[in-house]
Amino acid sequence: MEKDKFKTEIFQISETSVLIEFGSKISEDINKKVRTFCTYLDEHPFNGLIEYVPAFASVSVIYNPLYMNSESPYEVVKSILEDILSKLDFSSIDEEHIVEIPVCYGGEFGPDIEHVAEINNLTVDEVIKIHSEEKYLVYMIGFAPGFPYLGGMSEKIAAPRRESPRTAIPAGSVGIAGMQTGVYPIETPGGWQLIGRTPVKMFNLDGNPQSILKSGDIAKFYPISYEEYLKLRHIQKNNKSVC
Amino acid sequence: MDLLFHVHKGGEIVNISVLNPGLLTTIQDLGRNGYQKYGVIVSGAMDTYAMRLSNIIVGNEENEGVLEITFVGPSLKLEKGTLFSITGADLSPTINGKKISRGRPVYLNKDCILKFGSCITGCRCYLAVAGGFDVPKVMDSKSTYLRAEFGGFKGRALKKGDILSIGIKNSKSTKIIKKLEEIKVKDDFVASSWYIKNFMKQNVESTVIRVFEDRQFQKVSDESIDKFFSSKFNIDTRSDRMGYRLSGEKIELKEKLEMISEEVSVGTIQIPPDGNPIILLADRQTAGGYPKIAHVASIDIQKIVQLKPNDKITFKKITLEEAEKLYFEREKDILELKKSIKLITI
Repeated sequence: MEKDKFKTEIFQISETSVLIEFGSKISEDINKKVRTFCTYLDEHPFNGLIEYVPAFASVSVIYNPLYMNSESPYEVVKSILEDILSKLDFSSIDEEHIVEIPVCYGGEFGPDIEHVAEINNLTVDEVIKIHSEEKYLVYMIGFAPGFPYLGGMSEKIAAPRRESPRTAIPAGSVGIAGMQTGVYPIETPGGWQLIGRTPVKMFNLDGNPQSILKSGDIAKFYPISYEEYLKLRHIQKNNKSVC
Repeated sequence: MDLLFHVHKGGEIVNISVLNPGLLTTIQDLGRNGYQKYGVIVSGAMDTYAMRLSNIIVGNEENEGVLEITFVGPSLKLEKGTLFSITGADLSPTINGKKISRGRPVYLNKDCILKFGSCITGCRCYLAVAGGFDVPKVMDSKSTYLRAEFGGFKGRALKKGDILSIGIKNSKSTKIIKKLEEIKVKDDFVASSWYIKNFMKQNVESTVIRVFEDRQFQKVSDESIDKFFSSKFNIDTRSDRMGYRLSGEKIELKEKLEMISEEVSVGTIQIPPDGNPIILLADRQTAGGYPKIAHVASIDIQKIVQLKPNDKITFKKITLEEAEKLYFEREKDILELKKSIKLITI
């Protein structure tokens, strides 16, 4: 693998935010730096920090300039961040946090799974096997509450988006769009090829945290039957803490 | 249930009944901070400046939830004992048919009907009530997230028949009321003689928007940079709380860019493939993948959000240092205002 020569840089974005760019492409190594940095901020928030927002290869840090006691609050924040970056150990190996997500593949939940199998010269069972064997890195959460941008899908099951998008995709739907796979946390229109559905609420207001996945997690899907789906769905409805 | 049976110090139940909801009336505060990492947008008032002022006038914390009223105002029945203020757009507010002015505290001696009329200046008006709206905070905020249907009042815009309860007034609000009660009036309401004159001035519609460079500014073609700062842009009818879409000269890049999604914030100006700029606002998504060419200075967000579809704007370039200075000046002014109000109500 090509070594990333990119130098981490801090940019002033606005009166209240900066961006730290760790790289200029989507890669696991760069995303890991994003994660290391965010974990540090979680544990050592600085005075005036409002929030941080991780993306694929960068993090934005939002702060309250009035807390910096300086006419150039950016300079203060920049030196705080530089200090953090200089002492972080990006080479440390952190534990994988695997989140297993049950999926009922095919049937009414996965109306496009046969199409995905057909265009890839596979059987439906093979599609399920490939999809549920992989480990997917959660690069970031965005687009909608709890929506994960997952990396690592096998190209053997890639499928282009549908020509005409569905007007409503139910929450929990698992789909494929090009080289990507994902789970819809809330009902929304969309053009993804639907291959199954999870009974797990990906985003739950009563949960802590509300999103079951966070940036840096490893998502793993495992197949369940329709009966198991109904059973888990029932537990989800009756027990707020299940995730 | 506590929504219905909220008993105040005086033992009276104070609430607001919605007779007519208006076009889009939602509860908003300064937004939902800390949850963008889970894909939860910030939301909050579009004009946070006017929103903060409305709270300050009635003695609330600046971040208290207020009603954001858009274009066509609601009709509300307010109960005796309510202290409120209106800031932002001039939507011709009246109490029991009598015109009231904005930017000052108004106290009701009797139950009254608050109505709004035609839209004179701006398009978003803020109604703060002393004590705030007694709705549960969702992820630390009272802001309404319409698309995900949570926050604010039941996660939606107000409807006819809704009853909003008002929270407990703090000591600042009580002092303001005491001062108002000293004024002898025949009307059903009493308003202060003072108002935030200098702060309302800044609300006058202006169409020159100050911006500084954003991340991909250098990637824009020289010709497009010229056009961006010399031509007028039209605010498209598809503009909303998420962002203002502009039409006019198309903005082109020097070359096609491969972008990966990264931060966007209030005031980010994105250029999608069609070349028509979009200014991102309160309900923007948490990240974006379009080139970001410029950023509206925080001080001028209040101008943008009060402009209506088909209004025209021009951009003026300033440096980020100048924007920071303007930001600090405004915060200083707000601090001064708070001090003055405290002095008046002693």
